[in-house]
Amino acid sequence: MAAVDTDTPRDAATAQESIFRRNLHSFAANRLALGSAIVVLLFILMAVFAPLVAPHDPAETDLFRRLQPPAWMPGGEWSYLLGCDALGRDILSRIIYGARISIFIGAAVVLVATTIGIIAGLAAGYLRGWVDTVISRVVDILLGFPYLIFAIGLMAMMGPGLINIILALVYKEWVIPCRVVRGETLATRELEYVEAARALGAPGRHIMLREILPNILSPVIVVSTIRMAHVIILEASLSFLGLGVQPPTASWGAMVADGRAFILQAWWVSTFPGVAILLLVLAINVASQGLRDAFDPRFHE
Amino acid sequence: MSHAPDTAPLLSVEGLSKTYRSGRRLADRLTGRPETQVRAVNNVSFGIRPGEIMGLIGESGCGKSTLGRAILRLHEPTSGRVTFGGTDVTALSDDEMKAMRRRMQIIFQDPYASLNPRRTVAEIVGLPLSLHGLAKTPAEARDITAAIVEKVGLKTAHLDRYPHQFSGGQRQRIGIARALVSHPEFIVCDEPVSALDVSIQAQIIQLLTDLKREMGLTYLFISHDISVIGYLSDRVAVMYLGEVVELGPVETVLSNPRHPYTQSLMSAVPEVDRPGHKARVRLTGDLPSPLAPPPGCKFHTRCPLATEICRHKAPVSETVGAGHTAACHRLHENLSVPEAEPA
Repeated sequence: MAAVDTDTPRDAATAQESIFRRNLHSFAANRLALGSAIVVLLFILMAVFAPLVAPHDPAETDLFRRLQPPAWMPGGEWSYLLGCDALGRDILSRIIYGARISIFIGAAVVLVATTIGIIAGLAAGYLRGWVDTVISRVVDILLGFPYLIFAIGLMAMMGPGLINIILALVYKEWVIPCRVVRGETLATRELEYVEAARALGAPGRHIMLREILPNILSPVIVVSTIRMAHVIILEASLSFLGLGVQPPTASWGAMVADGRAFILQAWWVSTFPGVAILLLVLAINVASQGLRDAFDPRFHE
Repeated sequence: MSHAPDTAPLLSVEGLSKTYRSGRRLADRLTGRPETQVRAVNNVSFGIRPGEIMGLIGESGCGKSTLGRAILRLHEPTSGRVTFGGTDVTALSDDEMKAMRRRMQIIFQDPYASLNPRRTVAEIVGLPLSLHGLAKTPAEARDITAAIVEKVGLKTAHLDRYPHQFSGGQRQRIGIARALVSHPEFIVCDEPVSALDVSIQAQIIQLLTDLKREMGLTYLFISHDISVIGYLSDRVAVMYLGEVVELGPVETVLSNPRHPYTQSLMSAVPEVDRPGHKARVRLTGDLPSPLAPPPGCKFHTRCPLATEICRHKAPVSETVGAGHTAACHRLHENLSVPEAEPA
């Protein structure tokens, strides 16, 4: 039997490093993206440990502190750092608890939507034929509806509530990962290793889940992270319109809406939750850009 | 090398065709534009005897690879029959076909595209074992995988590495191990060495011939390299635009080609001992588009011998010698390579 090839094998040391770890290193080298990822992580920690972090009960009202200004302004108090709202509730505590809603809904919607999108996209891209026609037409139709108006309509039909917001957003959100997965699947199914699996007698389920999916996961993860920022804005928009989680549960969108009436006398009521939305969404976007640069080989030089 | 011609073939292909249709869009239907068809493989028939290496040669785009894939039903044949060991493969249900795949395998051209970058060598090579239930325990699967990996010239230490950690030649060995692990009887080798360096090509060809002898394999060896085909094959089929134009024992076809296309292919092989002495049959023009193949004999647009009849009537395969057939109207006038000006 012929011995080992004379052509040189790849350098063993660099070869041992997996693709994933190489991507992770390239991500860490991007300072801005790394900083943003840390900001996102801080928001998540803040949400998880809200009862420990928040200085006050977010629902506790104190009529003596109605519209109390932030600590550094005259009339402010250091124990109520960002001031109080029209019912005398601590704004900082409400922002901390509100992060739970935003992050939970953002993560839940993206998780469910991505799962549906992966299944539908794989089926459409791999099976082709009528499956593809049906799924692609549904996707086209859903893309035709303006997102927010569609969600408002669904919320009006189903009524407010945490599960309903998630449903109303998932209804359309799955379309985005679905299109990414379908496109990547169409390209990947033509590769010889997929043909090799078919030649070995592998069933469609194996080919879709074991051969194709692991190879198209990177762009899907990147897109899902970017979409999480969009979903957080959409949730805030729905809450702002009063269609989100119901009071007294703190939600950033609803807090902005609450302060709207007092924007001239007490600007802090609307502004601080707005800044929280801005910070989180910006951090997610920048981090996901970094993720895309690191994980998408087309961006490597 | 030579086998008795009356041995029952292991694999026989009868009138196999593969036509690709372009999807007819709404605009095409409204304007009445006809559907376009590509006859990638057109009415091909041949047999391969057990233990034989059948060479399949032709230029890029002539349908060699499509033929190989249609035999394995990786691309479903449009018409015709493939019989393997007495079973009509084209009539099998999906489940029966799955079981049959254990016995018929393929080695691919591109050692980079043919291995899933996210799976280890053990997973890639061991896949047929789990798909066909060939190993009772994971430990047994690992042992079988390790044995075949060593057989193709890799080390067991390589089992847990990923494809990107190997060179092209080593990757091709992984692809060979994957094709062989289920102990198939027949293998389509789809240009297995074309993507490799010349020095590696020789090693892989040696490996394939050693494995054939040890494991009693039968190959359909697809290539565009006449010297590889000449070295390996027992018989050779020459393809042009989806059709087999000449077929016969490799020594006969290569030394005494009867079809003008084969003659031009042979005259293009450089000879070391008599440089510049050979009559060169030059083909003019490109391979016609398979979307609009020429009528009559498909080769007439480039054939130095073409006459009126070639433009209208497709030639039929005729026997020109022992086990040697060719499809040309001018076989009887054309006994050797016509003298042309030295190239």
